[in-house]
Amino acid sequence: MELALAQETVARWQFGITTVYHFLFVPITISLAFLIAGLQTAWVRTGKDKYFKATRFWGKLFLINIAMGVATGIVQEFQFGMNWSDYSKFVGDVFGAPLAMEALLAFFFESTFIGLWIFGWDKLPRKIHLACIWLVAVGTFLSAYFILAANSWMQHPVGYEISETTGRSQLNDIAAVLFQKTTLAVVFHTLTACFLTGGAFMIGIAAYQLRRASRAEAADRTPGRIAAMRTSLRLGLVTVVIAGLGTAVSGDALAKVMYEQQPMKMAAAEALWESEDSAPFSLFAYGDVSDGRNTVEIEIPGLLSYLAKGNLDSVVPGISSVEALEQARYGDLAQDYKPSIPTTYWSFRLMIGFGMTSFAIGLAGLWLTRKKRWLTAEKQRGEDEVPLLMLTPTRELGPAAGRWAWQLPLLTTGFPLVANSFGWIFTEMGRQPWTVYGLMTTADAVSPGVTVAEQITSLSVFTALYAVLAVVEVKLLVKYVKAGVVDEQPPPEVPSLRDPAAGEDTDRPMTFAY
Amino acid sequence: MHLYDVWFALIAVLWIGYFFLEGFDFGVGVLSGLLARDESERRVLINTVGPVWDGNEVWLLTAGGATFAAFPAWYATLFSGFYLPLLAILVCLIVRVVAFEYRGKRDDARWKRIWEHALFWTSLLPAFLWGVAFANIVRGVKIDSEGEYVGTVLDLLNPYALLGGLVTLALFTFHGAVFVSLKTRGGIRERARVAARWAGSATAGLALVFLSWTQSEGGNVRSLTALAVAVVALLGALAANQRAREGWAFTLSGVTVAAAVAMLFLTLYPDVMPSSLNTAWSLTVSDASSSAYTLKVMTWVAAIMTPLVLLYQGWTYWVFRKRIGVEHIPA
Ligand code: HDD
Ligand code: HEM
Ligand code: HEM
Repeated sequence: MELALAQETVARWQFGITTVYHFLFVPITISLAFLIAGLQTAWVRTGKDKYFKATRFWGKLFLINIAMGVATGIVQEFQFGMNWSDYSKFVGDVFGAPLAMEALLAFFFESTFIGLWIFGWDKLPRKIHLACIWLVAVGTFLSAYFILAANSWMQHPVGYEISETTGRSQLNDIAAVLFQKTTLAVVFHTLTACFLTGGAFMIGIAAYQLRRASRAEAADRTPGRIAAMRTSLRLGLVTVVIAGLGTAVSGDALAKVMYEQQPMKMAAAEALWESEDSAPFSLFAYGDVSDGRNTVEIEIPGLLSYLAKGNLDSVVPGISSVEALEQARYGDLAQDYKPSIPTTYWSFRLMIGFGMTSFAIGLAGLWLTRKKRWLTAEKQRGEDEVPLLMLTPTRELGPAAGRWAWQLPLLTTGFPLVANSFGWIFTEMGRQPWTVYGLMTTADAVSPGVTVAEQITSLSVFTALYAVLAVVEVKLLVKYVKAGVVDEQPPPEVPSLRDPAAGEDTDRPMTFAY
Repeated sequence: MHLYDVWFALIAVLWIGYFFLEGFDFGVGVLSGLLARDESERRVLINTVGPVWDGNEVWLLTAGGATFAAFPAWYATLFSGFYLPLLAILVCLIVRVVAFEYRGKRDDARWKRIWEHALFWTSLLPAFLWGVAFANIVRGVKIDSEGEYVGTVLDLLNPYALLGGLVTLALFTFHGAVFVSLKTRGGIRERARVAARWAGSATAGLALVFLSWTQSEGGNVRSLTALAVAVVALLGALAANQRAREGWAFTLSGVTVAAAVAMLFLTLYPDVMPSSLNTAWSLTVSDASSSAYTLKVMTWVAAIMTPLVLLYQGWTYWVFRKRIGVEHIPA
């Protein structure tokens, strides 16, 4: 018993660490794929140099990032079998399908067309090369969709029956798994959160570049570089604002789905011990879990009822009553059906707090850098000058405020990443003690044949390896951010694809090589 | 014929695809130190697989995913049973991705050397370990009545399996050398041909012992046919390499890989994981498989997607079909 418990704990830590780590790269990959595709489309259509430069600059950061996403994804695919073999046997019939589809539809797509995009700059006609990055973007979307469908099934199993002969779950309706309400809400919320992440990433780095450029000697300001970063800044700001709104709207929708399907999670998210009508949304609470009571609370009246049901005064069931209900339903009075209340409570708040801070910064940024026509004539600056941050048509931000306005985005570049991590910790830990809600507990899901020693080995190896890789990746990102936008010539419009044997052309160096 | 037989065949095809494709990029990784004399040549070598290694690796992910969907019990037993070897493979694959992508990202000799070493070891080790794993699967491991692996890591490192590991290592090195000779020009191409001769001969020797051992223990007529194909193809590949017919050499080394993997799967069938403790405890295609409904859904998906994947991956190879030489490497 002692040992069984330890095994579950180690496996959970490993899954948590590796998955959260994977999800640090995924949102940036997904959003940048689309944003870069947009920038490249602008370049192909207008031929403007700033779009080309921006495409190449973000493309480099994108590649550094996607390498880590791919590397860490490999583990995910196999760890269900390694650490969660009883889980795999129990759910494979249902859960395996979206996973296999992800590989067959999405991973092949992404990996093949990313290769073509990276190495194809001078081998493919412009429009086909552009199509490649769009296909990568579509691939990342499909990837997210299928894996989230699989995860949603764990949150809310549908489209299955329990086989009488084997006692395992069996798929009987694939459409239900792929298109259930939970999946749609989660996809919507996760994707908007991804764009919030990518937008904040873009703003932070563009603001850094622009601030640096504003202080540089005029000679250092190569034409086109600043224009590329100005475009990126605006693109990032618009993305953050739209995605931020989308995240809030979808989060609200998701909360309603969750309230309906996993009332315990909602109660735990609020540390709402007893059922209440017109339930408040708690901003801060300090409580004693064993005692089942919060000692200090700051609340917004009625908001929780709104989140859960869409009006300010309906009853939201509390932890104690949901637990009594679940104990009765699953016929196990000894089982503790509560997730860790402090974890769920705080991760929910940190998710919203960190993510919405970036949204607020995006709003402020969009306002501060708004339309040129707000600027007086002499302040209207050319393409290649750093815009001054304006408050009103006649007044600039003072030097101190101006500095902060440039630095804040950089300092908060990673906020949505933190929000994402907490969002997942909330979702997954809030489901405890279940792995598949209502069907299989986490304790029953682990591999019976694997020893704790083996698990600790793999946990330590992955953690150490990931730590080293994090340092390498961040250093590389910093290096390429510092290097800034590079001056380079766009590849020729007509590539050598049609005529591979064409003499001199064959010996031209490749545009991109490792 | 049941759908699960079809899926057994499909999974064999996925593994064949994986070893055929990633086989040569493992080979390129193993040979990078040997064939390249300077920085530009090293870059030539790495760039021969640059656009395609990621797509190659996805064949593994798909094999994994398809096994999960079609044979959950096989997936569960295999990956929990072979825990530590699989961990080693995963670590290698992770580092390998990063080695490819990050090596050229800094102009610093020491940085590059670190990633070159990484690339070498992380290509060599999986090339060896996959052989060990498959040899064990075919031969049978200690699986109890619950379908749980009850042996230790040391049980997996038996002589038969280690020999299997050497075979795949030699074979992939050969396949990689032939690939390099097909994709490059200049000195590197010549050196690759010489390396291919050595690696090919080593493969022939090792494989002959291993495959006859396999055949004598659990072989049948089907697997004997595959064995014959593998042997003929390997000899043909060696001969073609000798005559500098690189296209043929690569085709035939590919056929060798495919036939060897096919032979293992044909030996295995109808088991997916034989038990060495009691044959009654072996996992078979029918008891490891998913329900008929799941298999039907997956069959539709595979029937539509697989040709598409082959089409666009094939197109990639066509786009990048030109030989690479040092003159193509940008400063
Ligand atoms: C930038 C990130 C970010 C931001 C600003 C928000 N979320 Fe979120 N949230 C996520 C990132 C995220 C996430 C990491 O993407 C999760 C984890 C699982 C999921 O589907 O999305 C998540 C999960 C998640 C869940 C749990 C779903 C479940 O357990 O099934 C709820 C109820 C909300 N969110 C609600 C909100 C609300 C009401 C927000 C108010 C503004 C909000 N989120 C902002
Ligand atoms: C990428 C976003 C995800 C993150 C960050 C994440 C995070 C986590 C965390 C922190 C845990 C550990 C919770 C605990 O302590 O029990 C966990 C558990 C788990 N998650 Fe997720 N998860 C993610 C997506 C998924 C998806 C998409 C799936 C399924 C396809 C999944 C399946 C699981 C499983 C099987 C466990 C282990 C059993 C359990 O504790 O319930 N997760 N995840
Ligand atoms: C725990 C479940 C998960 C598994 C098994 C998994 C598996 C993988 C694998 C194997 C790869 C590498 C693919 C390649 O070689 O090209 C990968 C990359 C990727 N994953 Fe995950 N993943 C998981 C969670 C997630 C989640 C929750 C999302 C999105 C919401 C996601 C989105 C992506 C994307 C977009 C990529 C490709 C881009 C990149 O590598 O950054 N994954 N994943």
